[in-house]
Amino acid sequence: MNVLLLDGLRTLGASGVHALRRIGRAHLLFVAMVAGVVDMARKPGLLITQLFSVGVLSVLLIAVAGLFVGMVLGLQGFYILSQFSAEATLGVMVAASLVRELGPVVTALLFAGRAGSALTAEIGLMKATEQLSGLEMMAVDPIRRVLTPRLYAGVLAMPLLAALFSALGVLGGYFVGTGLLGVDGGTYWTQIEAKIDFNEDVVNGVVKSLVFGVVCTWIALFQGYDTVPTSEGVSRSTTRTVVHSALAVLGLDFVLTALMFGN
Amino acid sequence: MKSVSDSSDEKPLVRIRGLKFRRGSRTIFDGVDVDIQRGRVTAVMGPSGTGKTTLLKLISGQLRPDAGIIEVDGLNVHALSRADLYRLRMRMGMLFQSGALLTDLDVFENVAYPIREHTDLTESLIRKLVLIKLEAVGLRGAAGLMPSELSGGMARRVALARAMAMDPMMIMYDEPFTGQDPISMGALLKLIRSLNDAAHISSILVSHDVQETAAIADEIYVISNGHVIQHGTPERMMNSDDPWVRQFLHGLPDGPVPFHYPASPLADDLLGESG
Ligand SMILES: Nc1ncnc2c1ncn2[C@@H]1O[C@H](COP(=O)(O)OP(=O)(O)OP(=O)(O)O)[C@@H](O)[C@H]1O
Ligand SMILES: [Mg+2]
Repeated sequence: MNVLLLDGLRTLGASGVHALRRIGRAHLLFVAMVAGVVDMARKPGLLITQLFSVGVLSVLLIAVAGLFVGMVLGLQGFYILSQFSAEATLGVMVAASLVRELGPVVTALLFAGRAGSALTAEIGLMKATEQLSGLEMMAVDPIRRVLTPRLYAGVLAMPLLAALFSALGVLGGYFVGTGLLGVDGGTYWTQIEAKIDFNEDVVNGVVKSLVFGVVCTWIALFQGYDTVPTSEGVSRSTTRTVVHSALAVLGLDFVLTALMFGN
Repeated sequence: MKSVSDSSDEKPLVRIRGLKFRRGSRTIFDGVDVDIQRGRVTAVMGPSGTGKTTLLKLISGQLRPDAGIIEVDGLNVHALSRADLYRLRMRMGMLFQSGALLTDLDVFENVAYPIREHTDLTESLIRKLVLIKLEAVGLRGAAGLMPSELSGGMARRVALARAMAMDPMMIMYDEPFTGQDPISMGALLKLIRSLNDAAHISSILVSHDVQETAAIADEIYVISNGHVIQHGTPERMMNSDDPWVRQFLHGLPDGPVPFHYPASPLADDLLGESG
């Protein structure tokens, strides 16, 4: 009995130490990646290539998802607003939900599933096939050369993708509202123009996406870099990227929303 | 074992003293002394899993020893700053067991990679350099292929071309002959020897091919169980009366060198329930 308890405690302690080590490594990696910007300034081509590949990976997915989410918002919003005879404010409701919440959050979730998992698999396989060690031996720092451009690309791509998502969502709401439900098109746009505040809504949304961009890309790159270099290890890391990113995004969204709009 | 202090009064290129290294609870090296002389082909041999690859990674500073010092060209590898370590690595080439080519670049670009990273040579000069290196390993015609289109043996030769690209002072070859047919094997042996003699690139050669290795090596180290069992010239090693060395170099299945990874007796494992 006593032995069982001790064993349990030991396992608990060991996994605690293990987790703390991982967190420590993740932070060290983050600092190293951020510092790599010095190198990247000399080779801007690296960033542009990565921006292109990270962005292009997700752009179609994000656009289609944005359109559908906007259309659903149009339908649901109309149903509720019409109960208060406030159909005219449909545009504001759609746009505000998108810009403040759904744009950044859903984009980040989709990004984690699409670009994040791809980043983890790519880096993980580079590690498993000794490409990262190969770079080390050619006196090229794999963090600066491989990870840093991907981090910055992810951080820059996220707000752009979220903006695309929101823009297409607003369009989707417009199509449903004016096409199906008979909302006046002119009112839809003028209400958005009048009621959506640049600082309150747009800037806060962009800040959220930037934070999500950092967190999702960081998680994806760390999981790839820290992977157990086998096919099983890479597959586990890829799954972890998606799960950890999703939880981090939803949790951080609550914190950020409370800080931004909570008074 | 007497220490290596022969004709050349130069200090050795690589000097390892009292090296200890563990992986988890397993001791890989337990007090290893090695001297790699300049301008020589030094072979490191030993049973699979004794830590030959690990030794190369320690020499190149990819792994950190638990105790002991490793000096390359007079520099203590593990006391160097990152920048100095990288500067040193530019002078050491390493041929990985797996090749380790960058899979998103073709053969030409893989060989050109270190040149592009570290020099500002013009495109036409880079082209010439790369083609010369590829010609040396017999793969100039494969310049346009992607790594996924290469066989294992070809990939390793491309990796060798890449390791030579910066004209290093030494190259570490990790099993360069695996997957080579007799013809390319012969060519590789000649290449390693001539790189060593003509281009003055010292060589550390890890290989299981005893005959071939003995034919080109100047010095052989046999490592097993965390220790250097014996070292010396190929003739001396082949005629050694040390039972370990005999067994290993002559490929005798029975002898002091275990074929098995350390384990409890088979009967215990088969009959006993764990826990
Ligand atoms: N990443 C690792 N983590 C834990 N143990 C490892 C790791 N890599 C290697 N080892 C252990 O270290 C020992 C030495 O491995 P190493 O790859 O250096 O052997 P080797 O002599 O090159 O063998 P081979 O001739 O088969 O290539 C092995 O017993 C292996 O179990
Ligand atoms: Mg090996």
